[in-house]
Amino acid sequence: MSHHSIEINDLSYAYPDGHTALRNVSLNLAPCEKAALVGPNGAGKSTLILHLNGILAGQGQVKVAGLMVGKDTLGQVRARVGVVFQSPDDQLFSPTVFDDVAFGPLYQGLPPDEVRRRVDEALAAVRMAEYAGRVSHHLSTGEKKRIAIATVLSMRPEVLVLDEPTAGLDPRARRTLINLLAELPITMLVSTHDMLMVREIFPRMVIMDEGRIVADGATKELMEDAALLEAHGLEKL
Amino acid sequence: MHLHFLDPYQERRSPIHAADARIKLVLALAFILTCALAPAGAWPAYILLGVLILVVEMFSELGVGWVLKRSALVLPFVLAALPVIFTLPGEPLFRFSIGSWVLQASQPGLERFASIVLKSWLSVQAAIVLASSTPFPGLLAAMRAIGLPRLLVAVFGLMWRYLFVLVDEALRLMRARSARSGYDQPGRRTGGSLAWRASVTGGMAGNLFLRAIERADRIYMAMLSRGYDGEVRSMPMPALRRAHWLVVGFGIALLAFILLLANLFKG
Amino acid sequence: MLLKPVLMHIPDGFLSVVVSIILWVVTIAVVAYALKRLSAELGERQVPLMGVLAAAIFAGQMLNFTVAGGTSGHLMGAAIATILLGPWAAILVMTCVVGVQALIFQDGGLLALGANIFNMGLVGVAVSYAVYQTVKKLTGGRKWGLFVGGALAAWFSIEIAALGVGLQLALSGTSPANLAIPAMAGIHALIGLGEALITVGALAFLYASRRDLLEAGSSAPQGGWLVWAAGLLIALALAVASPLASANPDGLEWVAEQKGFLDAAQGPLYHIIPDYVFPGVSNEGAATIIAGIVGVLIVFGAALALAYTRRKRTAA
Repeated sequence: MSHHSIEINDLSYAYPDGHTALRNVSLNLAPCEKAALVGPNGAGKSTLILHLNGILAGQGQVKVAGLMVGKDTLGQVRARVGVVFQSPDDQLFSPTVFDDVAFGPLYQGLPPDEVRRRVDEALAAVRMAEYAGRVSHHLSTGEKKRIAIATVLSMRPEVLVLDEPTAGLDPRARRTLINLLAELPITMLVSTHDMLMVREIFPRMVIMDEGRIVADGATKELMEDAALLEAHGLEKL
Repeated sequence: MHLHFLDPYQERRSPIHAADARIKLVLALAFILTCALAPAGAWPAYILLGVLILVVEMFSELGVGWVLKRSALVLPFVLAALPVIFTLPGEPLFRFSIGSWVLQASQPGLERFASIVLKSWLSVQAAIVLASSTPFPGLLAAMRAIGLPRLLVAVFGLMWRYLFVLVDEALRLMRARSARSGYDQPGRRTGGSLAWRASVTGGMAGNLFLRAIERADRIYMAMLSRGYDGEVRSMPMPALRRAHWLVVGFGIALLAFILLLANLFKG
Repeated sequence: MLLKPVLMHIPDGFLSVVVSIILWVVTIAVVAYALKRLSAELGERQVPLMGVLAAAIFAGQMLNFTVAGGTSGHLMGAAIATILLGPWAAILVMTCVVGVQALIFQDGGLLALGANIFNMGLVGVAVSYAVYQTVKKLTGGRKWGLFVGGALAAWFSIEIAALGVGLQLALSGTSPANLAIPAMAGIHALIGLGEALITVGALAFLYASRRDLLEAGSSAPQGGWLVWAAGLLIALALAVASPLASANPDGLEWVAEQKGFLDAAQGPLYHIIPDYVFPGVSNEGAATIIAGIVGVLIVFGAALALAYTRRKRTAA
């Protein structure tokens, strides 16, 4: 691919109540690159994520998979960037797991056979093929998180963006999820507080604080800089 | 925390459970309609309808006792029909007096009361079997099949999905309240005034609604992120086979026959 | 926990077929219109909002507070739904709530569902809207007008719906009018008080935390004068008709008997048949006994068949 998977140029955004959440943020992610977005609460991580699929629109440029994010490209953009939000309960809104995973392909206008194929593919990718007929509210949090990822994978996106994927998981569910993320051959941007996971599977780390990117580089190096980490609400492990 | 006890669906491997939801819905409605159309006092028909639903319950493996226990739900409303025993004019049966009141039961009155109770009891059993043997997504498909608008079915489905989540929230609010409703000295009047208690409950309701509205915003964002454009889309339902039509036809014919008998043999 | 003292979910068997069908027709027409209005006017965000709020109202109906001794006050929710969403969305929301209560929890019958949606959804919402908007206009949109309007809307939504239920039971010949109507009116005058108190409490909370939500529901041009007029008319009609019916129960009995007239009209058709098809069995007592015997045989046969298939299954 000749384009970056994510290309953010000088993005700024202020909420209607006046609070400035993003200040001149610039970030590029190459295809198949895995990066972690870290920083204290309120740093603007979630706000940044909402710009990637056009739910919020600020000043500056956002391009995903070579497409400019704008009012007329929202449909295509959302098929290329799969955003998985923090609370799985709010993303599994259909009666069955199958319906939820089929939602994306259905809205892409795919025929029923293709939809079924995508669902099988996505559930297999998250190792939950037997769950297709289940009702979402009977599942555990870990299972729901993996299904939530499947609901987005079924659209065959180029980029996967996750907001706090390991939050609220017990050690076993967390391990399963981390292994899953490590295996997926896809561009990935993850916003997280889980520094152990960052060290394990994300070679690149981006530190945000007060709406700005304060550091962007190799995880191994940044993790050694205790002063930098502490200055931005993080701890050296 | 999952409120499984609220969900009436009981998983079993019975022919009733395996049957297509659309057929079950149509036949259940036909059964209830038959009960409603049967005239008062058509005892032979009530017996046959009772047998019919009993056999269905047996084959559903839900447990006849279990279904009958749940059917006691209609009992409170029976009180509303009780007076008709005494107010319907007709051949007098017995009388008794309470103080200065004289109540006279009439034969048509008793007949109508008994008919109402039986019809109601039979109908609710059919509804119980339907709800307990059919997983909810199947019922949604059945609703689409009988022609309910897609928007309504979509809202219904979303409501179902979050029913248990929100009931759980409501119960947690009440649990928190009772955890703070302590008594220290027996005999002291506690609980504040009625108005205060009502306003606390109102606050809890408002809290519930607010959280619901904010959750709806997050759900909407998740829907947008997967390409939602406002239109309701769903997978097509599997086509009905000839066997399905035969079962429906047979069921309706049977019910029509019982209805015919009801009209032939009433008093 | 599932038994609510709001005695408004009519089970099957209590309403005559005629009454049920008439109310179904009206309910279907109004709900279909509400759907059309909603799809045309409102944005995509309505589907998740209505769905989750319907769930919230269902859950809200479980909240209770002790009134006295063992009794408790509960919420029905038509008033608060109308204030938050406007009348058309509220109609849809209440339709879903009453529908799921009937279909899944057998709280109210399936054939009687039309009547139950009519009473709790249509009448409840229309009357709430009419009362709330009237009070709001009269008090010029002041803060206390909001709460008084909410309280009155809540009380009237319950009371008028209860009158509707009483009238329907009387018209069906299930309950004598001079008992059903005053009983429903009396009991629900108290229940309506609980509804009013909880509604005001909820409004106070929302006013303090998210005033914008209260403005959104009522200022939208969706409802318009149509619902307002309907609500006023229904309330007046029921308020006038009920005491009249209650005082003249015989008049309603006559109406109920017309249903019997329908039954009787079918009679002559069938009188020819019995003697040919079932010679000697046109006697009702004999028919009942025969039905009983046939019934027992069928049940016995079914039990045998079941036991046989179970044995086969465990053996396999």
